[in-house]
Amino acid sequence: MSRSTGADLSIERLAVRYGGVAALEDVSLRVPAGTVVGLIGPNGAGKTSLINAVTGVVRASAGSITLGAERLERLPQYAVARRGVARTYQNIRLFAALSVADNVRAGAVRLRGALDDAAVRALLERAGASEADLGARAGSLPYGMQRRLEIARALAGKPAVVLLDEPAAGMNPHETGELRAVIRNVAASGAGVLLVEHDMGLVSAVCDRLVVLNFGRTLAEGTPAEVARDPAVIEAYLGTPA
Amino acid sequence: MLQFLAQHSKLFDQIGINALLALSLSISLRAGSLALAQAAFMGLAAYVGSIGAVNYGWNLIECIVAGALAAAAAAALLALPIGRLRGVFLAIATIGFGEIARIAEINAPITGGAEGFSNIPNDAGTPAIYAALAATGIALAIFGRSKAALTIAATREDESAARGVGIDTGAVRLRTLVAGAVIAGVAGVLYAHANFFITPGDFGFPRMEQILVACVVGGVTSSLGAVLGAAVMTVLPEAVRFLNDYREVSTGAILLGFILFAPGGIAGLWQRRAS
Repeated sequence: MSRSTGADLSIERLAVRYGGVAALEDVSLRVPAGTVVGLIGPNGAGKTSLINAVTGVVRASAGSITLGAERLERLPQYAVARRGVARTYQNIRLFAALSVADNVRAGAVRLRGALDDAAVRALLERAGASEADLGARAGSLPYGMQRRLEIARALAGKPAVVLLDEPAAGMNPHETGELRAVIRNVAASGAGVLLVEHDMGLVSAVCDRLVVLNFGRTLAEGTPAEVARDPAVIEAYLGTPA
Repeated sequence: MLQFLAQHSKLFDQIGINALLALSLSISLRAGSLALAQAAFMGLAAYVGSIGAVNYGWNLIECIVAGALAAAAAAALLALPIGRLRGVFLAIATIGFGEIARIAEINAPITGGAEGFSNIPNDAGTPAIYAALAATGIALAIFGRSKAALTIAATREDESAARGVGIDTGAVRLRTLVAGAVIAGVAGVLYAHANFFITPGDFGFPRMEQILVACVVGGVTSSLGAVLGAAVMTVLPEAVRFLNDYREVSTGAILLGFILFAPGGIAGLWQRRAS
């Protein structure tokens, strides 16, 4: 298994504002190397905004984002990726007209040299996509396979931390079960994983810790069991009895 | 055969030059940039090479090097204001640059103005033109298998996702614009030295349109397609001379046909047949 160079991702008092709208306010969390941290919350809670801020897609309005000893919050998107932050997208963003192999190779452009076919196959296997045809157009793959190819592309650059934005969306229960093993495998390789996901079964099974966002603020934090018992979380997700 | 080649040498020269121009545009198109300044780069290099030869006695190689460098510098400067533009806005801005260049060539005191610049040495024959085309083709074929080519394709496919894997897409677009300008510059110097005489009108929007049509007909992201498209669109007007005033219609009809029924161009048809 190719190992990643793990480093802790630390987010301190992060704020993201779109004009007068605060998508995130005063959010702090840590993703230690080799662990899986889940980020959950209702739609509009700010989960994807947090991933976009970490990866440089949107500029943080306040706060700091640190990978190891390096500050990321002022870096452009490509520079953040080069420092070892990889991601997948809520809506799949593959290079659709390129081959499966080229999609994986594109994920490794930050590294020296190019991946040979054996390395590409090994990455696809790590992402649970071993049956994918290397020469097939990425856009022609079934939906679940495209999700796994996106994960393989994210892993290709040997990232320090991987941000997975709803990777189980659209997957059937069998595929979600395989994804569980893939995510644990990524963490076991030394990379930190920040998992944004609505499938609570998956989140509870793979995450070491959970952070719950609501209206752009941290609502709760702890182990999956602690968070599941938290009254504030129960109220936010289920509502209070009348 | 040799007699045929000799009889049509001007047409073959024109095919070679147009193929270079189509290749130059295809480099930007591979990165998804509809930057339509190739005619302007060609014109700038043509004037630099012509003035160098006539006024300073430069040989063809010196003219090509100077012309290509001038075109590259112009592309690098042009990239500053247009770096954030995409799609139709980029196309309009670069067409505007082409018009500025053409008007500057008309009004500059050393270009001969609208009357044109003449007495250019006739030292760029068919061997020189096809040597340049072969060198460009080989360079692009080698480049096509490189990691840099993958970054260009990724930039074209999804710019944000490309940045997400660590590709500096702004730098990719700049490099493709400059590389395309260098090739257009070489084509411009060869054009001037093959035709003895140039005017600003040789490098206006109709020339840019001709290059774009060649790329679309050939296949916008294929080197071989660009060359074949340039060959077809150079020979076609000659082959349909019997249509007299209506012969331009054939160009439009072919373009429309490819856009509607074979958007991948000749290269796309070839690939479809091969697969």
